[in-house]
Amino acid sequence: MTNSPLIRFGIMAYLILFFSYLLGPLILMSITAFNSSSFPQVAPWEVFTFEWFSELFADEQIIEGLRNSFIIGFFTVILSVAMGMAGALVLTQIWPKLRSTYYTIIIAPILIPGVVLGISTLVFWQRVNSLFGLPDTSFLQDGIFLTVLGQSTFISSYCMLVFVARLQRYDTGLTEAALDLGATHVQAFKKIQLPFMMPAVGSASVLAFLASFENYNTTTFTFMDYPTLTIILSQKVRLGINPSVSALAFLIICLTVFFALVHEVRSRRAQLAEANGAPVGAVGGGFRAPKIFAGNPAAVVLALFVAAAVGTLLFAQVYDPTPAKKAFMEKKRIEQQKRIEAVKERMRLKKLRKSFKGPDIFAPKKEKSAFGNAFDPKNLNNSRPGTKPLKPGSKPVAPFGGAFNTKNLGDIGPDGKKAKPKSSTKPKSPFGGVFDPSNLGKVGGKTN
Amino acid sequence: MNGFMKDYFRTNGLAMGWTLILLVGFWVVFLIILPQIAMLDFSFRPNLPPPEMGGPKDIHTLDNYKYLIYGAQGSESTYNIVDLSVFVRTLIAAVFVTIFDLVLCYPIAYYLGQSKGGGTLRVLVLLLIIPYWINEILRAFAFKIIFGDSGVINEVLMFFHLVDSPIDFIKMNVALYAGLGYAYILLMIFPMYNVIESLDRNQIEAARDMGASWAMIHRRIVIPFAKPGISSGCTMVFMLSAGALAAPQILGGPSSLWFTQRVYQWFNMNGNWTQGSAYAIVLLVTCIIIVLSVMKLFKVNMGDIGK
Amino acid sequence: MSSGVGVDLQDVWIKFGDFVAVREANVNINGGDFFSFLGGSGCGKTTILRAVSGFLEPAQGKVLIGGNDMAGKGPNERPTALIFQNLALFPLMKVWENIAFSMEVRGASAGERRKRADELLDMIALPGQGDKLPSELSGGQKQRVAIARALCAEPDVLLLDEPLSALDLGLRHHMRTELREIQQRVGITFIYITHDQGEALTMSDNIAVMRTAVIDQIGTGKDVYDDPSTAFVASFVGVNNMYRGKVKSISNGQALVETNRTGDLLARISTGATGKLAVGDDAMVFIRPEAFDIADDKSKTNTRIQAKVSHSEFEGTSYSVFLEGDEGKEMKMSLINRGEARMYKHGEELTIQYEANNAVVVPAGEVAGE
Repeated sequence: MTNSPLIRFGIMAYLILFFSYLLGPLILMSITAFNSSSFPQVAPWEVFTFEWFSELFADEQIIEGLRNSFIIGFFTVILSVAMGMAGALVLTQIWPKLRSTYYTIIIAPILIPGVVLGISTLVFWQRVNSLFGLPDTSFLQDGIFLTVLGQSTFISSYCMLVFVARLQRYDTGLTEAALDLGATHVQAFKKIQLPFMMPAVGSASVLAFLASFENYNTTTFTFMDYPTLTIILSQKVRLGINPSVSALAFLIICLTVFFALVHEVRSRRAQLAEANGAPVGAVGGGFRAPKIFAGNPAAVVLALFVAAAVGTLLFAQVYDPTPAKKAFMEKKRIEQQKRIEAVKERMRLKKLRKSFKGPDIFAPKKEKSAFGNAFDPKNLNNSRPGTKPLKPGSKPVAPFGGAFNTKNLGDIGPDGKKAKPKSSTKPKSPFGGVFDPSNLGKVGGKTN
Repeated sequence: MNGFMKDYFRTNGLAMGWTLILLVGFWVVFLIILPQIAMLDFSFRPNLPPPEMGGPKDIHTLDNYKYLIYGAQGSESTYNIVDLSVFVRTLIAAVFVTIFDLVLCYPIAYYLGQSKGGGTLRVLVLLLIIPYWINEILRAFAFKIIFGDSGVINEVLMFFHLVDSPIDFIKMNVALYAGLGYAYILLMIFPMYNVIESLDRNQIEAARDMGASWAMIHRRIVIPFAKPGISSGCTMVFMLSAGALAAPQILGGPSSLWFTQRVYQWFNMNGNWTQGSAYAIVLLVTCIIIVLSVMKLFKVNMGDIGK
Repeated sequence: MSSGVGVDLQDVWIKFGDFVAVREANVNINGGDFFSFLGGSGCGKTTILRAVSGFLEPAQGKVLIGGNDMAGKGPNERPTALIFQNLALFPLMKVWENIAFSMEVRGASAGERRKRADELLDMIALPGQGDKLPSELSGGQKQRVAIARALCAEPDVLLLDEPLSALDLGLRHHMRTELREIQQRVGITFIYITHDQGEALTMSDNIAVMRTAVIDQIGTGKDVYDDPSTAFVASFVGVNNMYRGKVKSISNGQALVETNRTGDLLARISTGATGKLAVGDDAMVFIRPEAFDIADDKSKTNTRIQAKVSHSEFEGTSYSVFLEGDEGKEMKMSLINRGEARMYKHGEELTIQYEANNAVVVPAGEVAGE
């Protein structure tokens, strides 16, 4: 496109700048998750640690928020996909004179500010509630009910757009053929049109769930007693920041990258299959053949990514930051000592000077985190309810203590009180197999 | 109309037909239209404790709107300078964020749209999408880490002794603008990318052949062609920045409020829902006016939005 | 063959808003007939088919199937099966599932469905292909699967909407024979929509020729070819030479027409036009290319035409001579090649003649292709 090296250089520089703006914050945030400093920061680097992950998994508010997010996400997906699909089906056959009005109405929620949607939902159902003379505790005033409705208002519009795109390629002759062969309208829809829409249902569900999961503006007015993960996070972030949030962000980034790669691998595979003129099934057949890597760089990256994740997990199991931390603290103590002495020396020499910005302000802050052993992984493990104290001489227990084990999560899920970490009895993998590719595969299957 | 309903049920059958109507009806009536009307109605009412609602004091009044303009009765200043300036500043800042995103994203949208596809393009698109999947709170958090007093930028600046003490980026709103701009990059790129992708490369070749400069090509060919995408992207970014709540709450300086924060305060801190509704209505109406005028100005249809 | 179920359209009008798609259609289709609707695109023939199958309700008039009024009955309640122009095979279902779909919706077990599908696959000569997907079949195979799927529903009336139009020429000819055979075997009523007169003429027991929204003539293939009722039918079915003029005299079922250029022509008045022509009326004479002969019998004053040869074409079994005719158009004459073929050269003067009974005269009217 361009021959001039200057222009080419300009484009490259721009791309680098652009993508560092785009990805830099995420990378820096991820790095802070591994720094033992109690304030999320990249520099100065203290000690490499996994302790923030332990703290994250021990945080009951986060677990609670996660649970609420999943419940709300589940109902929002069902409602939004149903309404979005109905909205799209009606759009394809509505009276032409009404079409643009109708489209404006159902697309409007995307453009209405989220806070307005949240407020109007809250106000409307509160009014309905008092209209029927129901008590404040009725389901119309329930946080989950309100949040699902508030979120579905605009998420349905997103789903509708997904379905409209898919429906444009649908031959209504197929439905007619089914009717002609004796099917009822419901049968024709279930057996013919719905299977055709299934890919769109899949992507609309993923889209709806993500939108629900990360929604803040609407939810913040409607959550009542059921704060979602996003709400919990916003409260934490506003009150004061802490690297365990970075740890959560890091995990979310990893999951996102993982699913993006899975999606990429699948679409590449479909493309390759199409190019070869064979149905997808013929090329696919799971991951058993190394053939899948052929001409599919995304698959290679995915494999590397999974390998790196597994490697990190194994490393986390054996890695014990305590010695390094002690050494760091010792070093810092000496440094500090030196500085203090130097300062004293200078103060003694120049009594006129009063203010010492750098070291004096800097030091105590560090000291707190360095000497306060509250975040030491061992202490954490000990203090967690139901965890057996470490026996002397036993191998260092994984810092994550299995809190992220899917089974444990499941246990916590339903009633929230069975939170007995099985960590000490089962020091399997620190992340408790969440990053195990086979588990992810099960979840991943739904994305497409 | 009658004939249309007859045809509709002939095409869909009774069961399917009614299911569709009920679902769409519930969405349109109970989730979209009635809540907005309820909010509008609510905004004209005084703030009463629940027992008095529907009582003799529950009348329609303009007080809530008057408050936004004139402030509390008996206050010293004639106008509610605080809230009005918050409102205006929010809109101006949203415009600023929109322009920032447009300038930042146009080249990349053009680059992606006109590149020949293939592996690099896919990777770039993937890289674009990944940040969008990260929670907006976490994205704001990332910027707080970067721009904080002991954030990366300040550390770097101090390391090289470019500054002596940390610069307060939060107070200067730099963090807020950077964070807001960051949040909506994708919404600016994709509408533009979709349009530019459909631009026939030969048009550019032809213009170049006739000796047009790059600036000329963009001004006369690419930008006019991409206008629907540009206005659609700008509309989305503007609306979302003006309506943003999380980023201002996390990244905003203590002295600079966002208008949505005022709405939030009325609801969640002052417990004055009717006043909050009035503010929300003002926000909604302003947004509708702006969207409609942008669409009119650039001759864009509703159908182009959301592509 | 009259055992099948007949279809009657009584004064059927079909409208889309203000647009009249079908005007006053009266058709009586005998049970077991292969009946075709022949017409150009947009003439309303597919609309009639959709009204029979139940996708449309006529604005006025009745559709009777087997004597029963179908008003208010949807497509799934009528004893008809439609073969769509694009076949509309369900792309996500296997071939056998496609074929047995009508049984699936009635709740038949998979075993029963499979058995019936295999029987039908044998019938359409595609044994063992049941587990393929429609996308893996060739055009002709898809065609036959669509027929099997429709037959599996055991309809009393099979409706076919230009099912052969997507096939290539050779296959199209082959499928004509096959369709006719299938129809004879199953013995049910076929209603066939086509714009291809070759298909209509070869397969049908009866043909309805449609002009825009109107049925012009219903009759056997021979009827519509030899005895067209209107100028449209005469010009649409087969190749015809047309001469405009005014009726000069009428006698013995024949009319003498004074044409604008070619002189007076004598022709038989079409059966459908009997009583509709009077002296002085605008009329049209149609003479088939094969009705002409090269001869110069001076006694036949009003069935002779003199013209200059413009060019000629040799086609093997026959050869055609094109002469300069009326209104700047060419006259075509077809002669069977019996070995004495001679190519007439451009500019040669020729006298040709015909039998008055082999030419028809109809009232002037709309002509196809104008």
